[in-house]
Amino acid sequence: MSVTVFNWTVALPEIVLALSGIVILVAGVLQRKGEGFFPAAILSLPAFLVCGFLVVLSPSGAGYAGTFVNDGFARFMKVLILAGGFVAVALSVSYRTADRRPLPFETPVLMLFSTLGAMLMASSANLMTLFVGLELSSLSIYILCALERDNVLSSEAGMKYFILGSLASGLLLYGISLVYGYAGTMEYAGLVDAVRAAAMPPMGLVVGIVFIVVGLCFKLSAVPFHMWTPDVYQGAPTPVTAYMAGAPKFAAFALFLRVMAGPFGSVAPRWQILVEAVSVLSMVYGAFAAIPQTNIKRLMAYSSIGHMGYAMMGLAAASTAGTQATLIYLAAYFVMNAGVFAGITAMRRNGREVNSIADLAGLGRSDPAMALALAVFMFSMVGAPPLAGFFGKFMVFAAAWQSGLYVLVCIGALSSIVGAYYYLRVVKVMYFDAPAHALDRPAPSLLFVSGGMGVATVVFAVVLGPIMSVAHQAALALAG
Amino acid sequence: MNTAIASVGLGPYLFVSAALLVLGVFGIFLNRKNIIVLLMSMELILLSANLNLVAFSSAHGDLSGQVMVLFVLTIAAAEAAIGLAIVTVYFRNRGSIQVEDVTMMKG
Repeated sequence: MSVTVFNWTVALPEIVLALSGIVILVAGVLQRKGEGFFPAAILSLPAFLVCGFLVVLSPSGAGYAGTFVNDGFARFMKVLILAGGFVAVALSVSYRTADRRPLPFETPVLMLFSTLGAMLMASSANLMTLFVGLELSSLSIYILCALERDNVLSSEAGMKYFILGSLASGLLLYGISLVYGYAGTMEYAGLVDAVRAAAMPPMGLVVGIVFIVVGLCFKLSAVPFHMWTPDVYQGAPTPVTAYMAGAPKFAAFALFLRVMAGPFGSVAPRWQILVEAVSVLSMVYGAFAAIPQTNIKRLMAYSSIGHMGYAMMGLAAASTAGTQATLIYLAAYFVMNAGVFAGITAMRRNGREVNSIADLAGLGRSDPAMALALAVFMFSMVGAPPLAGFFGKFMVFAAAWQSGLYVLVCIGALSSIVGAYYYLRVVKVMYFDAPAHALDRPAPSLLFVSGGMGVATVVFAVVLGPIMSVAHQAALALAG
Repeated sequence: MNTAIASVGLGPYLFVSAALLVLGVFGIFLNRKNIIVLLMSMELILLSANLNLVAFSSAHGDLSGQVMVLFVLTIAAAEAAIGLAIVTVYFRNRGSIQVEDVTMMKG
C-alpha cells in the first residue's frame, strides 16, 4: 500500500453517488416550494440502481493512499446498503405526513448521502475513513428523524437520536485517538502489525478498542446501548424508520467485521466474550421486551434489537464460517425487514397513519394479498422453514456451534421461541380478530416493495447457493 | 519526540483530555436542566479526543493525527449546526427545551 497510489477508480460508485446527490439537491431547490419531493425521489431511485451496478463491476484494490479498500466483502455490503437505501426511498414516495403533504424533497437526498457514508464505512481501511463515513451517515439520519417539522414526536425522536448518537460518536472518536496513540498508526494494515507485535497489547490500546466497540454497538442498537431505539423508531417518519433499520445497520456490521476480523483478529479471544455477552443480551432483551408492545413500529424496534443479537452470533464465532453466516443473516434480514416496513407504511385509515397492532385486525379479509405478505414476513422473522429467516438463523447457529459456543446457540434457540409469540400474535390479529375498519388501499410503490420482498423471502432457498458462494468469497476476502 | 511535547511529556496532555472526556460524559448524564448544556458537553468530548490526537501526533512525529483533527473540527461544526436546528424545531413544537420534558414517548 504505497502512499503514492491514488487509484480513484476503486471509489467510482461513491463518487457517482456523491455527484448525483448534489445534482438532485440542486434540482430539488429549483422546483417550486413543496413540489420538489417527487422529482427528487424519482431521480434518486435510478442513482441507487446505477451505483449498485457500478459496485458489482468495481475493481478490487486499495486507493487513496491506503485509506480506502474495495474487495468482495465491501461489494457484498455495499449492494445490501444500496438496496436498503433504494427501498427506503421507494417507501417514502407514497408517504404523507400528518397534514397530508409529502415529505420535504431533502428526504431522498439525505438518504442518498447517508447511504454514501454507509458505503464509505464498508470500504474503510483507515480509522479516519471509518469516522468520516460514520459521521456522514449519522448526521444525515439525525436530520431525517426530525424531518417532519410540525410533528412533536418526530422532533423528539430527532433530538433523542442526536444526543445519544453524538455521545456514541464522541466515545468512538476517543477510542480512535487512543488506538492511534498506542499503535502509532491509523491504517488497519499497520494496526495488524502493532497488535501482533506485542505479546500483551498495551492497556491504552485495549481501552481504545473497547470504546470503539461501544460506539459501534450503539449504532447497531445492541443491548446495553439500545435505549434510543424504540423511541426513535416510533417517532421518526415511517420511511425513515425503514431506512434506519436497514442500511446503517449493515454499515455498522461491515465496520464491526472489518475491524474485528482484520486488525484485532489476532486477539479474538480477548473480545469474543464481549461480543458473546452483547449478543445474548440483545437476543433475550429483544424477545422479552417486545411482548407488551402495542405499537407496531416499537415492536419492530425490539425485533431489530433481537435480530442484531442473532447476527452478532456469527461475529462471536470469529471464523470464516461465522462471517459468512452473518452476511447471509443480514441479507435475509434485509428482505423480510424491508417487506414488513412496506406493510407498516401502508397502514393508513382515511389518509391518516395508524401504527397500532390492533389496527391490523381483519386485514386477512379486507386486503388478503397484503395480509399474506405480512404473514410471510412474520413467519420468516420467527425463522420458520423454508423462508429467508430460517436460513439466516440456521447458518449463524451452525457457525457458532462449530466454534464451540454451545450455550450461545441454546440461548439463541430459546429466545427465538419466545420471539415467535409476538410475531405470530400479529398474524393472529390479522386473521382471527374481530375486524376493525378497513385500511386504505396501499399505494402501488408499497405493493411493489412488499410483493418483491415477499417473493424474495419465499424463494430465498432457491438462490441460497449463489448467495452462499458470494458470501463465502466475501468472508475469505476479509480474512486475508 | 519533538521539543514542544518533550518538555512536559505526553502524560499531562492525556490527563487533561481524559478529564475533559469525563466532564463531557458527566455533563450529559447528570444534567437535568437544559438541552443546550448537552450540546456543550458533546463539544467537550470531541475536543478531548482532538487533544489526544494532536498530542499523540506530535509525540509520534506522524502527521495523520493532525489531519484527523481537521476532519473532526469540520464534523463537530456540522454536528453543532444540526443539533441547534433540531433544538429549534423541538422548541417550536413543544415550547420547552428542558431535559425533563423530552418524554412524549416512553416504554
